Amino acid sequence: MSDMDMEDDGSGIVKKFMFLNRKAPHGTVYALEGLEVVLITAAFDQDVSLVFTDDGVYQLMKGIDTKGIEVKDFSKTYRALEGYDIEKLYVDRTSMEARGLTEDDLIVDVSVLSDDEMKNLMAEQDVVISF
Amino acid sequence: MQFGILINEGPYNHQASDSAYLFARTAIEKGHKVPRVFFYHDGVNNSTNKAEPPQDDRNVTQRWSKLAEEHGIDLVVCVAAALRRGIKDDILAPGFRISGLGQLVEMGIQYDRLVTFGD
Amino acid sequence: MLHIVNKSATERSSLDSCLRLATKGSAVLLIEDAVYAATKGGAAAAKIQAAQADLKIYALGPDLAARGMAGRVLDGVNVVDYGGFVDLVAEHSNCQSWL
Repeated sequence: MSDMDMEDDGSGIVKKFMFLNRKAPHGTVYALEGLEVVLITAAFDQDVSLVFTDDGVYQLMKGIDTKGIEVKDFSKTYRALEGYDIEKLYVDRTSMEARGLTEDDLIVDVSVLSDDEMKNLMAEQDVVISF
Repeated sequence: MQFGILINEGPYNHQASDSAYLFARTAIEKGHKVPRVFFYHDGVNNSTNKAEPPQDDRNVTQRWSKLAEEHGIDLVVCVAAALRRGIKDDILAPGFRISGLGQLVEMGIQYDRLVTFGD
Repeated sequence: MLHIVNKSATERSSLDSCLRLATKGSAVLLIEDAVYAATKGGAAAAKIQAAQADLKIYALGPDLAARGMAGRVLDGVNVVDYGGFVDLVAEHSNCQSWL
């Protein structure tokens, strides 16, 4: 997808886009198709924050193996996000802990945010898209 | 003010497309602009001219086509989501076109607000 | 910021997440099946009443009416029509739909 690096809407405007991932992978398509929007947005050189909250935290589990359900394992893409200049990855601590998980369970390095940090991050965005 | 609208669900199964339509129509009536509506996930199913709802029900797709014609709305269907679900150029209702996700990102960059309707 | 919730609070966690992460002074608009949360005697009534201390709560009138709930709205919840929905989006610098 290196051709996406050239995307430009011509305006030169950089906005803060937050993608709020709230759904578990595989049961519905939102996590997979949402990730596609994240990659394209980064290709437009926008200020992208990727946030995992509620069941969205499950998208980042280590050891995902989708062979038995015969669908694509897109969790590897999270480890490649740095190559798309997406470095702002956040996990909602309340959601993570409510699921019995810690940072060690997650496939990528993330910043873990308190409720207040989550609130402030969301409030400062220009565009919030939730999947 | 310019509003972009994102619709993530198909017609009839969810209220999303109905809510989005009423929001768009009302925004235009109030003097705002809705330059583009983007259809993603199962939302791409709003674009097919093959649907035949019963006579006494609303026709979701025709409603969008009519609103688009009257007010110059660009109805964009995501190509990747559409191809996955069998939506192709030859079955698109009037006013709809297939294009890339960049059209969604552009709405976020260029318009004043982006409002999402989904499940 | 305007938060839009569209699912029943007894079916999904989206209202809880919204109320947890909305900053003080934000607006919350309940549409579609989320309007049940704004009704008297409902399972979410106490949550909405508690949230009213910090948040402005709105509910979409046409969705209330379509569900037979127009006469049961909690005190302090502002009922708006689609014009009010559009105004809320315009008045707030950004919005989040809790899908």
